[in-house]
Amino acid sequence: MADNFYLDNADIRFHLNHVGLDDVTRMREDDYRQAKEFPDAPADFGDAVDSYDKVLEMVGEICGSMIAPRAAEVDEEGAHFEAGKVRYAAGTVQNLRDLTQAQLMGVMLPRRYGGLNCPVTIYTMMTEMVSRADASLQNLFGLQDIAETISRFGDEDQKARYLPRFANGEADGAMALTEPEAGSDLQAVQLKARQDPDTGQWVLNGMKRFITNGCAKVLLVLARSEEGTRDGRGLSMFVCERCPDLVVRRIENKLGIHGSPTCELQFNNVPAELVGQRRRGLTRYVMSLMNGARVAISAQALGIAEAAYRVGCKYAREREQFGKPILKFPAVYEMLVRNKVGILAARSLLYETTKHVDLRDCLDEHNRHRDEVPTEDIQREKAFTRMAAELTPLAKAFCTELANEVSYDTIQVHGGTGYMRDFPAERFYRDARITNIYEGTTQLQYVAAIGGVVQRLLEPLMNQLSVLPFEGKLRRLASAVDMAREKLQRAVRVVEQKNDTDYFDLMARRLCRMETLVLIGYLLLRDALRDKARECVAERFVIDWLPEVNEHYEVVDSNDYSLIDTHEQILAL
Amino acid sequence: MSLSILVFAKQVPDTANITGQAMKEDGTVNRAALPAIFNPEDLNALELALELRERYGGKVAVCTMGPPAAANILRRALYMGADETILLTDRRFAGADTLATSYALACAARKYGSCDLILCGRQAIDGDTAQVGPQLAEKLDLPQITYVESVEWVRKGRIRAKAQIDGGYEIIEAPTPILLTVLASSNAPRPVGAKRLMQYKKAVTRSELSARHGGRDYEDANLLAAEEEGLRARGLWIYEWGVDDLEADARHFGLAGSPTKVKQIESVVLTGSGTKDVPPTDEGIRDLVHELIEDHILS
Repeated sequence: MADNFYLDNADIRFHLNHVGLDDVTRMREDDYRQAKEFPDAPADFGDAVDSYDKVLEMVGEICGSMIAPRAAEVDEEGAHFEAGKVRYAAGTVQNLRDLTQAQLMGVMLPRRYGGLNCPVTIYTMMTEMVSRADASLQNLFGLQDIAETISRFGDEDQKARYLPRFANGEADGAMALTEPEAGSDLQAVQLKARQDPDTGQWVLNGMKRFITNGCAKVLLVLARSEEGTRDGRGLSMFVCERCPDLVVRRIENKLGIHGSPTCELQFNNVPAELVGQRRRGLTRYVMSLMNGARVAISAQALGIAEAAYRVGCKYAREREQFGKPILKFPAVYEMLVRNKVGILAARSLLYETTKHVDLRDCLDEHNRHRDEVPTEDIQREKAFTRMAAELTPLAKAFCTELANEVSYDTIQVHGGTGYMRDFPAERFYRDARITNIYEGTTQLQYVAAIGGVVQRLLEPLMNQLSVLPFEGKLRRLASAVDMAREKLQRAVRVVEQKNDTDYFDLMARRLCRMETLVLIGYLLLRDALRDKARECVAERFVIDWLPEVNEHYEVVDSNDYSLIDTHEQILAL
Repeated sequence: MSLSILVFAKQVPDTANITGQAMKEDGTVNRAALPAIFNPEDLNALELALELRERYGGKVAVCTMGPPAAANILRRALYMGADETILLTDRRFAGADTLATSYALACAARKYGSCDLILCGRQAIDGDTAQVGPQLAEKLDLPQITYVESVEWVRKGRIRAKAQIDGGYEIIEAPTPILLTVLASSNAPRPVGAKRLMQYKKAVTRSELSARHGGRDYEDANLLAAEEEGLRARGLWIYEWGVDDLEADARHFGLAGSPTKVKQIESVVLTGSGTKDVPPTDEGIRDLVHELIEDHILS
């Protein structure tokens, strides 16, 4: 059997079988009424899971046997900028053709526009595999989030014009948000949108920078539509087509993800259409787009971690020193086990997150199309919205930092060989490095999550998980997680009672990290309950990872202001 | 213009990924231990057929002869974009050599009806004979171009194709209908389409439908007849033909119709003792090359 990134990954299959998409799929399929209209729609939940499984198997085959073998060349060749035009690496062109022929460019889009109508969870599994094969390809594959945004917020006419083009692969997308002076702080976006008072036509003028695939046919652009405003409430979302007035000025020369062109764009009176309502560009649409992209980047990071871990493990088994494979040395297997447990932990967190995102999206869609929505359903939607908004940044921070750790260790396991470009280890290391930066740095993920940590948003989920029928060893491990959770709760109270902004901001990272570790502890225990072979994974996590909670607790509880007081002094030395 | 194209394909053991259990004690292939796949060059033939359909319009049918499980490669053909599929399966087809195989395929092609092009892979990775395509053309009394790299055009009852020959290639123009055998280097077969997969995963043969209902006698079950009608209407029907469905002389099928007899199978066991020191001199290398030529390893 040729390499198949789905069949060789029992953990993804485990999550497909256990994530629990019953409600999500039922809602997405309109109680399976779509089967009457579309020949590819499932007749029931079993049928749907069977389709997901088969499609994932096929994606695994494409990733393992077609995309992965081209990855080194794509990295070497990279995207180029010639005569004012962007040219993809040859391997990237083939990859995009394969993905288009495989009908994978509209995975989540509704069927009436030619999409596959798959949940985010399934799309994320694909993302993970694509990234494992070629991280830079994910940046292009993942741009179907653009179509998803038009699908959610565009009007019927826009959907009918744009979505089928995305689904059949004719149009590719880009989201143009960042500007030289508006990076992490998107409220500072200046690109101007002006409406002709007579014709109603909008035109865009200004600069965008660091735009992934800015050479795309269809771009979503965040622009200032309200003259004289300075904050996020003066920004709106626009869609425009590639045209001579939209100039790609240059592309960046980057550390990694070489296959993905990062463009600088100049808009000279580019005609555009408003998407959704004015002034909601940043506050509503970009936040939604960004949250989708954060899930995708989490999966990209996880895919890189998986790829790196696998080559590290293979090398450690084959490489002999001192008369035996280096895997036999505790110093080496300790690293690899930590990598593996981290990957399993990240996957449990990621698919718990996508499940909540799926439920939120389905309830939102469901409620939007009803004349009268019962209060109970509105409450449910709100609850899942809050949970998804909390889990997403936590997952992004964990998965992307992990990818950096794993790819770092992979080079270490290889020794000098790993530093050489003949082996893929150094590529994974370079590719991983952007994941904890774009779509919001890890530091900003914690800013996004800390409010929910203080409000104890995840308590209901933790409550559910903590009362599962653990016995024997799992019971003892669960007690350890319970104790870590108490520390977390106490740490939150300490910071709250201080009521000091500096201290709060400084401790946010630690509280978010504690929250993440405790939640993962419970998730791995739950997974061990479903599959006894995973008991040792839960054990490793509790023994090797959870003590970090204590460290953070001690710092938080220390009431130590010295860093706040002396940082300038130290930096001045 | 629209083309009617019939592709012949074979399900083969995946010899590219041999494991320790690939051979039985007696030295024959252990088919059960090897994954069954779509013969690689038949995928190239199918890809060429689909590309020609995209260029000229028309219809692509795929036919295979094999055990009931060979329906799997026909479903794969549907996922890739084939319009129609036919499974030739019957115990009496079993044990066929290339002569009996091409006889059966010729009968199937006649039953299928007229088409402009018949496409086969150059050869299958299990037998490596490259004989079935040419024999099939002879039996159907069709012209043939073997080792095809690409098709330049098809129009007004003629075709122009580029075929590989020793040390180069030739451009051949010929009348249609015609049979082509297609090389691995001719194209990169497309991946399966996700949407088509979700649709055609439900495509079944008559035997599979019957087995799904517990193998009850098919002829008597009105229920199954109705279900078959529904499946046919939705394009989810894999035609299944046995010996009795073909106008043919049953003596030419399968083992009975195969003059090829295996005289002897030699199980070559490589042992670790077969090492030899070759001195790193011109003379040493020359001796080694001569030895390899004598053993027919080099020619």
